[in-house]
Amino acid sequence: MPDATTTTPAPLVPHVRRLSGLMLRERVVEGLLLLAAVFSIFITSGIVFILVNESRPFFRTVNPIEFLTGGEWTPQFADPKFGILPLVAGTLSTTLVALLVAMPVGTIIAIWLSEFAPAKVREVVKPLLELLAAVPTVVYGFFAITLVSPVMQQVYAWVISFFPSLKENYPELPLFNVLSAGIVMGLMIVPYVCSLSEDAMRAVPMILREGSFGMGANRTTTALRVVFPAAFSGVAAAYTLAISRAVGETMIVAIAAGNQPTLTANPLQPAQTITAFIVQASMGDLPHDDIGYQSIFAAGLTLFVMTLGFNLLGAALRRRYRQAY
Amino acid sequence: MVNTPPVESLTPQPVMQPHSEPVGADAPVVHPVKAEVRNLSFYYGSFKAVKNVSLPFYEKAVTALIGPSGCGKTTLLRCFNRMHDLYPGNRYEGEIVLYPSRINIVGPAASPIEMRMRVSMVFQKPNPFPKSIFENVAYGLRLRGVGGRSELEARVEQALRGAALWEEVKDRLRDGAYGLSGGQQQRLCIARALAVEPEIVLFDEPTSALDPIATGKIEELIDDLRQRVTILIVTHNMQQASRVSDYTAFMYLGEMIEYDRTAKIFTNPSKSLTEQYISGRFG
Repeated sequence: MPDATTTTPAPLVPHVRRLSGLMLRERVVEGLLLLAAVFSIFITSGIVFILVNESRPFFRTVNPIEFLTGGEWTPQFADPKFGILPLVAGTLSTTLVALLVAMPVGTIIAIWLSEFAPAKVREVVKPLLELLAAVPTVVYGFFAITLVSPVMQQVYAWVISFFPSLKENYPELPLFNVLSAGIVMGLMIVPYVCSLSEDAMRAVPMILREGSFGMGANRTTTALRVVFPAAFSGVAAAYTLAISRAVGETMIVAIAAGNQPTLTANPLQPAQTITAFIVQASMGDLPHDDIGYQSIFAAGLTLFVMTLGFNLLGAALRRRYRQAY
Repeated sequence: MVNTPPVESLTPQPVMQPHSEPVGADAPVVHPVKAEVRNLSFYYGSFKAVKNVSLPFYEKAVTALIGPSGCGKTTLLRCFNRMHDLYPGNRYEGEIVLYPSRINIVGPAASPIEMRMRVSMVFQKPNPFPKSIFENVAYGLRLRGVGGRSELEARVEQALRGAALWEEVKDRLRDGAYGLSGGQQQRLCIARALAVEPEIVLFDEPTSALDPIATGKIEELIDDLRQRVTILIVTHNMQQASRVSDYTAFMYLGEMIEYDRTAKIFTNPSKSLTEQYISGRFG
């Protein structure tokens, strides 16, 4: 056995110094990341604080129960009524129409892009679709009233020619209506649904597809019965984002939905959404102590709670369908 | 999928005959040929991954494909269910004749979907579908149009019993497959592959993602299955090949170096390259 003293290695001190330098750098990076995270939480709580604080004077005048259950929203009248339900109905009905367009169309395009389209076609089509999301929503709004709504009026006229009873109650589709605004909003959302769903489906491991093809399945069966269910948690995330976009969308509905707060679920009528009301009220020059001005914050708070609810629902869906592969 | 003669022109008898000399006390029965690879080459684009390979696969026997990484053994295995057709730029040359129907699996006349219906595969990593245990096994049956509730249930139970999984899952058939352990998932995949009564089952390193106990169960299972179905297994584990297989093919750089009874390959190989590989001198 060799003498231990002859093989003593060089002291490690220089390395230790270097190590402490590395640890300092690690601390700094950690601190910066924490700061960024705290900052986003700070912004969110700031928004909530402002909404709650600014709507307090409103709720001193208007009973919150009356606000939540009232069916009339007439802030400009001499005897104003502040029942939020017409605005909620407008928001939900435009959102519903938009989702009925965006979910099927977006999902079908995503399945096609992910499972059927050749790589070269996908590389061209996907960025083009995502470009749709870059169009300013005010453009979509004018697209709605100059093209989609007139076309829908023609379609409606044709449809009611088969249903004379409908003709008596609703002789024609108004230019400003929930249906057209919702359809255009749906088109606007398609790229969000499609792009995120496609990402989720492409992230499904190839070995799952091979398992399905290996059993003798064709592409359609593999896409619908293996890939789509495996990706559903990601697809649900895409749907959640779509709902949030639709609920919060402002310009399209402010331009094309008619700005008439009526408590109805009928998509053939004009309506006003919460966001459209906020735009309308804040464009006027209302004094800050005016109840109309204060109502903006109460409406905004309602919108915030609705969006939060949908997001929580989406998170629950994602958890429920998360697959470990 | 090029230059393969029509099915009718195939010679009626396999060119290779089973080795008939008895080996040791448990002299195996002589198996009829189930599939025969003839001058098969396979190209990934311009890369020739399998080079002019010929060998028989005997019915109700286990044939192991061994060799170092990249030798083409998995590529050869995946020719049997036309898995390569899923990706562009791949090309087969030569034939894999399936008996008794004499169809050339890699020929233009054979439909990849039909071949996959007749040749099942178990993958390297367990890959159950995001469905219940029951629906995983029923997947292939539904694809084949088995619709009746009672028939499905009977066949699923039979397949799960065949994969030695029934006792462990019979009370939770409706639960998701991802709740099972890795070894159970792999046996579920074996049940899925067996449920459709395939002519051949391909195993692509089926235990490489499993612990020794789960591996032992899968090996026992393969041992049981040889009574019922023709098995091809790719493995990196030479002990596994010697334990579970009747015949072994040693491949190296895309070529088939040696093919013989497993006992012969592992005790007295005729090529020095084989001897070097099985004694662990390379690979």
